[in-house]
Amino acid sequence: MTDTTILDQDRDAGFGDYFALLKPRVMSLVVFTALVGLLVAPGQINPFVGLCAILFIAVGGGASGALNMWWDADIDARMKRTIKRPIPAGKVEPGEALGLGVALTGFSVILLFLATNWVAGALLAFTIFFYVVIYTMWLKRWTPQNIVIGGAAGAFPPMIGWAAVTGDITIESILMFALTFAWTPPHFWSLALFVKSDYKDAGVPMLTVTHGRRVTRNHILGYTFVLAAVALGLGLTSIGGPAYMAVAVILNGWFIKGAIDIWRRTDADSEADSHLVERKFFKFSLFYLFIHFGMLLVETSLAPLGLGGW
Amino acid sequence: MAGQLRATHELHNRRLSRNVGLGIVLVLFVGLVYGLTIAKVGTDPNDELGAPWAQAQEKAAK
Repeated sequence: MTDTTILDQDRDAGFGDYFALLKPRVMSLVVFTALVGLLVAPGQINPFVGLCAILFIAVGGGASGALNMWWDADIDARMKRTIKRPIPAGKVEPGEALGLGVALTGFSVILLFLATNWVAGALLAFTIFFYVVIYTMWLKRWTPQNIVIGGAAGAFPPMIGWAAVTGDITIESILMFALTFAWTPPHFWSLALFVKSDYKDAGVPMLTVTHGRRVTRNHILGYTFVLAAVALGLGLTSIGGPAYMAVAVILNGWFIKGAIDIWRRTDADSEADSHLVERKFFKFSLFYLFIHFGMLLVETSLAPLGLGGW
Repeated sequence: MAGQLRATHELHNRRLSRNVGLGIVLVLFVGLVYGLTIAKVGTDPNDELGAPWAQAQEKAAK
């Protein structure tokens, strides 16, 4: 290749473009919840092995992101929010994203299995399969409950972190999964109530469009009750304790109040104050999940002092 | 003219970032496999390297 020919190739990808395929922002939630799952699990893990386990879970999450971008390149090109992603922007070829996703899937699953145990490796493999095949390829463009299904994929990391230490699936890890799973619908649907998206133009069914905003408000309330039951139930297990429970009662009371306020409102009320209640609820939901997982860590940290847990 | 052709184009920067990034990832990978090996073997009670660690853990547990 000569200097004169390369000048035409403005679309050559940089390292950052490949990194962007791994959806680094989503990865931060994966890393945080997986780390909590790993740290609150009973038993010991070599700190370096634990660090590697978190890295492999994050890389596995990144692999799903790359495979998602490969499959969804057509709809990403039609939506403002996603049009600058590496494939629609023309920086990375779809085949490269597929190759990177498959390679990182193999890398992360096999190394997590070798570093920890087969349960953690199998859970990571299932998570990637679930997100890519069940959610991205099958249900995302088919049902308005796509958010619920996608949320399940994002809820697995604490379960994998737990399994990396214990080699097991228990009620504690299932409830940590359920916490993120039940949190996702109110979180995203409250956002959908005040953000004008172009999902409809891209052919992705969103509840606000397919069933209307009234039904979306009803769903937010319903899932918020489920979420509160899960959050309080988690507090009664071996990884909960008085400190977690006290905070959970306050946060869930507040969250339920917010969901009821949203449920009571009409679209006219919402338009009148520029969706103030919906915006507040959405912002609070970010804080909500972080604090719940954070309080699980607090309980574990207090245990050596004889204060944590029941 | 020859000087202009040799000038660094933005494309060269992108390629450099890709190559340097990949190089760093590969070095980290080697370090990771090395570290994992030490961590796994060093905590294996059936291994010469890991036996003292396992004994220390047992003592601490008692």
